[in-house]
Amino acid sequence: MNQQELNNKLAQIKDRLIDIEQKASNRIFLLCEAQNNFDVNKFLFEDVGARFVIATGIDGEDCFEVLYHYSYDQTGCMITIKAFIRDREQPKIQSIAPFLPGAEWIEREIHDLFGIDFPGHPDMRRLILADDWPQGVYPLRKDTSRTKPPTSAFVPGKACGQLGRTIEGVESSREVKE
Amino acid sequence: MRREMKKPVLVVGPMHPLQEEMECFHLTVDGEKVTDIDMRISYNHRGIEGISETLQFDQVPFLVSRVCGICSASHPLAYVQAVEEIAGVTPPDRALYVRTIINELERIHSHALWVGLAGHFIGYDTVFMWAWKYREPVLDLLEEITGNRNNYGNVKVGGCREDIPDELIPKMLKDLDEIEKKMDMLIKAVLDDPIIHARLKGVGILSKEDAIRYAVAGPTARGSGLAIDVRRDDPYAAYDDLDWNVITRPEGDVFAKAVVRLLEILESIKIIRQAAKKLPDGPVAIQVKEIPPGEGTGRAEAPRGETFHYVRSDGGNRPVRHKVRAPSFVNVPSFKASCIGSDIADVTITLAAVDPCYSCTERLAVVESKDHKVICDGEELIKLSREKTARLRGSKG
Repeated sequence: MNQQELNNKLAQIKDRLIDIEQKASNRIFLLCEAQNNFDVNKFLFEDVGARFVIATGIDGEDCFEVLYHYSYDQTGCMITIKAFIRDREQPKIQSIAPFLPGAEWIEREIHDLFGIDFPGHPDMRRLILADDWPQGVYPLRKDTSRTKPPTSAFVPGKACGQLGRTIEGVESSREVKE
Repeated sequence: MRREMKKPVLVVGPMHPLQEEMECFHLTVDGEKVTDIDMRISYNHRGIEGISETLQFDQVPFLVSRVCGICSASHPLAYVQAVEEIAGVTPPDRALYVRTIINELERIHSHALWVGLAGHFIGYDTVFMWAWKYREPVLDLLEEITGNRNNYGNVKVGGCREDIPDELIPKMLKDLDEIEKKMDMLIKAVLDDPIIHARLKGVGILSKEDAIRYAVAGPTARGSGLAIDVRRDDPYAAYDDLDWNVITRPEGDVFAKAVVRLLEILESIKIIRQAAKKLPDGPVAIQVKEIPPGEGTGRAEAPRGETFHYVRSDGGNRPVRHKVRAPSFVNVPSFKASCIGSDIADVTITLAAVDPCYSCTERLAVVESKDHKVICDGEELIKLSREKTARLRGSKG
């Protein structure tokens, strides 16, 4: 596909989008609500054949944004899906990892750093944060201090997913202690 | 009721046998075969993305060059390209060529480093010593241009900080001839060795379908037949004006990745030579006064694959969000596809074949893990790997 055909193809999913923004000839942004995100990602990955690059979590003014960046290598075009999560109290967005295992880690990272939940994710353990990092403190949210260490009490164990707990037959020594 | 047998789990890490960085692999094994793999990273997360939001736009390149010592040219380059996209500025031609030369020198030294380590882990210490010896002149060249062997800090928004002096060009071309001769010899020695063929072919295969599903980048993708290279697909710096090839191999095994890296060294030399000869005159930077509100994406082909930076500005003097994606972040999870079904002795080299870079992958306090019992440590794994090569050698010789 050349750039024109790509634009026409992207127009097919228009009913799921808020808007298509073309910031440059090779930079396209697809804006959508969180509930449509899964379909748009699936369309882009499976029908258009774009290559997944990474996702970015952003703490916006009144909502969270999750940006899924794709690269369409035939034309060198970056296509970014910008999904808005309006619910700030319990932010969630459906995981795309079931059809795109390359997105597993980044969704775990966004979950750690922003506290955005990804229903449907096959393995939502901690990836970035340490096991003794307190629950409910999300380092990259704008209301979290960048300079002071978190003050909440130490919450040991369970919810902090330790490696190996999913492997059959392996017991974490921490659980044994409890 | 009979109690079910527990499957044995082999713990590799948190000190990795190859890269001397912190990560941990749990290999579930059935005899000698690996049946499942689980990974744990982030023993050393430095919070680069968080720090970046507290720095001014012109300070960030120095921060991101410390994301990774080896990729210290491609991370700042991807970042400044993102900021230049927001500001709508194009740097002068000379700056684009200088960026190209530094990035390609970086690729040569990184690939040579990998070849050396890979050789060491399959029991070829001569390869290790040769590769690292011939890598030295490349680092010397980088030092002469930027003042540093690593962490060059040479790009800034609007151009480069240091120019390549014209009198350095003849010396650079002469050094390149010497480097090419030595690298050529190394490449032939590696690719002609029947034991290396027997040891690496068919090991740790990542199929093309898995490469797409795991969204891998760089030599890991190109070794699996995916012809992707940002330098060609979304050209930046001066790559559009130069004549070079994207190296791909269809096999997807460790040998294919080795071939891709080795031949890329020669392509890089070709690129530097052309760029040095065509180096345009003029200034090496323009002044960029302010960064307007907006968002930009920048990407550069680092030695390990595509480096991606996303920057958002609100018109102030600091980025409001800066996302860093290093290639290893997508390459490392692909072990799930490439390691399962292989022998334990092949795991070290399969893990090493994507040239994983954990400082890149993690970017935030060091956390020690006391939970893991080490059943078989890194050194024993390397011993296993080296013994396998020795066995092959014995049966051929």
